[in-house]
Amino acid sequence: MSGFGEAGKRGPEVRSDCWIGVELTSQEGLEIDIQSKVAGMYGERIRAQVTEGCAALGLKGARITVEDQGALPFTLAARLETAVRRAGHLPADDYLLPASDSCLRDSLRDRLRRSRLYLPGNEPKFYVNAGLHAPDGVILDLEDSVAPAEKDAARALVRNALRSVNFYGAERMVRINQGEMGLEDLRWIIPHNVHLVLIPKVESPEQVIAVDRRIAALEQEHDLEGPVYLMPIIESALGAWRAYEIADASPNVVALAIGLEDYTADIGVARTLEGTESFWARCQVINGAKAAGIQPIDTVFSDVEDMQGLFDSVVEAKSLGFAGKGCIHPRQIAVVHEAMAPGEAEIEKAKQIVLAFEDAETRGLGVVSLGSKMIDAPVVKRALTTVETAMKIGRLDGDWRETDSGGRPGAHKDGRTVEKGGQR
Amino acid sequence: MSSGKIQLVENAAGRLVPAEINGEKATPYLGVGKFKPTGRKNGPPIRSCADYPTDGDKQVASLKEALQNAGLRDGMTISTHHHLRNGDFVANAVFDAAAELGVKDLRWFPSASFPCQAQQIEYMENGLIHHIEGSMNGPLGDFCTRGKMKGMAVLRSHGGRYQAIQDGEVKIDIAVIAAPTADPFGNATGDRGPTACGLLGFALADSEYAEHSIVVTDNLVPFPCYPWQIQGNNIDQVVVMDSIGDASKIVSGTTQITRSPDRLLIAELTARFCDEAGIVQDGFSFQAGAGGTALSFALFLRDMMRERNIKARFVRGGSTQYLVDMLEEGLTDYILDGQTFDLEGVRSMRENAGHVNTSPFTSYNWHGKGNFASMLDAVVLGATEVDVDFNANVVTHSDGRLLHGIGGWQNCLASKCTILPIPSFRDRIPVLVDRVTTLCGPGELIDVVVTERGIAINPQRRDLTEMLRGSSLPIRPIEEIKAEVEEICGGAAEKPEFGEKVVAAIKWVDGTVIDCVRQVGD
Repeated sequence: MSGFGEAGKRGPEVRSDCWIGVELTSQEGLEIDIQSKVAGMYGERIRAQVTEGCAALGLKGARITVEDQGALPFTLAARLETAVRRAGHLPADDYLLPASDSCLRDSLRDRLRRSRLYLPGNEPKFYVNAGLHAPDGVILDLEDSVAPAEKDAARALVRNALRSVNFYGAERMVRINQGEMGLEDLRWIIPHNVHLVLIPKVESPEQVIAVDRRIAALEQEHDLEGPVYLMPIIESALGAWRAYEIADASPNVVALAIGLEDYTADIGVARTLEGTESFWARCQVINGAKAAGIQPIDTVFSDVEDMQGLFDSVVEAKSLGFAGKGCIHPRQIAVVHEAMAPGEAEIEKAKQIVLAFEDAETRGLGVVSLGSKMIDAPVVKRALTTVETAMKIGRLDGDWRETDSGGRPGAHKDGRTVEKGGQR
Repeated sequence: MSSGKIQLVENAAGRLVPAEINGEKATPYLGVGKFKPTGRKNGPPIRSCADYPTDGDKQVASLKEALQNAGLRDGMTISTHHHLRNGDFVANAVFDAAAELGVKDLRWFPSASFPCQAQQIEYMENGLIHHIEGSMNGPLGDFCTRGKMKGMAVLRSHGGRYQAIQDGEVKIDIAVIAAPTADPFGNATGDRGPTACGLLGFALADSEYAEHSIVVTDNLVPFPCYPWQIQGNNIDQVVVMDSIGDASKIVSGTTQITRSPDRLLIAELTARFCDEAGIVQDGFSFQAGAGGTALSFALFLRDMMRERNIKARFVRGGSTQYLVDMLEEGLTDYILDGQTFDLEGVRSMRENAGHVNTSPFTSYNWHGKGNFASMLDAVVLGATEVDVDFNANVVTHSDGRLLHGIGGWQNCLASKCTILPIPSFRDRIPVLVDRVTTLCGPGELIDVVVTERGIAINPQRRDLTEMLRGSSLPIRPIEEIKAEVEEICGGAAEKPEFGEKVVAAIKWVDGTVIDCVRQVGD
């Protein structure tokens, strides 16, 4: 048997990645040549890992060249496996590193999804620190950020990252490819601790159902508990038109996102900062999502230098009804969270309403009132959401009722309450 | 004068260090603040003005002639300075001229060397230069690490250099001072001229203590060159060259802050730490260098200060446009400039009364009657490695190769709160380690390490630990962050294989030997 395969990146400018060349040989035995910028520190471990990887992949005879620029073990493993596969050796098993404790699978249907950070699927250097910037979710992208010829390499790398990289509590999301390739992507991620799958360019509920079914089959095959959540992305006129059907296609759909680059191209207009051209589609996604009881999620803000523009855009998105925004740079995350957060005055007001509501309930009153004003049920509902969000993001203590003396109805005869600072 | 087989002794930090450096007895490090030599300072020879031109014109035609007049001989010490950074033409020209005079075994005593001086390797190979005493990086650092230098290198801090000159540890025979503007009398300044670099502070000691001092300029002005940074009364000769340096490599047009999100995170955490530690108060002081992370730290502080209407009394540092903006906006009363990194810094030095020229004498010198550096409320510094005892390395990487100079780093450790904002690892190279490869700064002087994965407070600083209790900042034991880094990198790093030969001695700020660098490779 003979054949040559290579994977990864080489050259002095490469960081945290490696290049591996594998030449299959007819006689048994591994010939391993390693050049590494960390040879003095990890040379022996790199050699041991290559040997272990070849054993796991059932490769007995090969000449292997490693040019390493400080690749971490999960990257080295992915590059080796991809190079071996590309050389024409099809292994019975994947080469998997033990899954890290930090990657145990759990997420919540209604968890916060204010920010989701896109990470290019085939670029390992961005992975290990992504979670430190505290996004609500990280998206390991197999779709647009990966060149067609590197899809296989990205699959192995994303799979390994899902097993090894600590994202510090961020929801682990993967954006799969469109169509059949996307369904094939699932095999690489579903058994490996993914929380949520983003489905690109969805125009029909059937696309969602196809993904959902394939996931169910994989869960059965690998004896997994599930669920894996879904976030379809609306990126066309047809998708926007059918937003509600798509949002309601499966109980596993927890959010519906909009992608405006493709949408504006589809309707044949330029994307502007004001976004008048996409106003209808965004509202359609919001209403479709809300009608299905899930979270509407806004598109990304592409100018990474313009933090004020980002802030304004998130404030606007929030005012329309969106629950989250896409991020393409880690520094955008804190800005998004800040803009999404209920303000001090908003929280204060919500607290008063919640207290009035609870007071009315205790006293068995059918009507909630704050001072001389009657409070409608929807207003109570919104106030409860605000208080809940404020607690989730740490702007309000869980025991605020005890620590907060002001705000009890009746504390002031005219219904006013003391404005309190220092809640944070 | 061979450094091949020399006696090693264990110093107070538990490091084996040479008892002798290039034939001279050396004192092993005794601990922080322990070594206080007595006696009298070294003095320059007595000169009389009768021996100098009464018209004040000390010009000679060439560097070669000046070196000849200075009596250059085998084994002498020549000093130069790094004010012109990687654009310097003068140090190379000095040794080119020395080569023409056919001398050998010179000791080169630069305040720092730069990659543009890589041609000195040839002079070390052919015997003109015996060894270098000064910070080395790039090709010179590599040459030294591989054990190719005839003598043992000595690395000192900026303050340690002043100390060595003052207490006679280093006797400079000929000081050559590159000056962007000078007059025929030898008054000189760096704040003007086509190759303006800002401050000339590193040459101050040399001008005062050398046996013979030469000013080299490419911008001669009629007497007086005022204001002057180097006083002509200390200068023997003046040489005019066509150009003393490449302006584009001396100062940058604009200094860039880091764009790396991880470094910005570290800088932001550092600023928030300073805030929660109660450092950011009206009238406070800090030092931040021109490195990307340090600059971003200063900007985060600036935003905090603006928001709360807080004003600093002084900011020390390599001055940059960002510090100048703070000065001109009224966020600080003074910039105490140690070196000047961009054109805005140079302009401000000329124009702003609150932009003060300092030197290693005012800020760092062990034999001074106090130092500015110890008065700072907070200092942020880099490091190549930090260990679990908070000891830090700034000269070698984990592979044992000399890569950086000490600069003012050791001297700044004297501040009230020394913070190292550093990544916990670079690619697959852990920065947090069990034991630093080369000890440059004792852990007892390093108060806080801020990484992207958490902030470690030195357990000796109980006051800081107490103050930050209950903070929302990610405060963690240093061992815990190190363990996380090792998990990411796939275990602790193997140690490099060192040769027997000691290639460089690392001095502590007081002149004692805190550690040494062994040969690696070849």
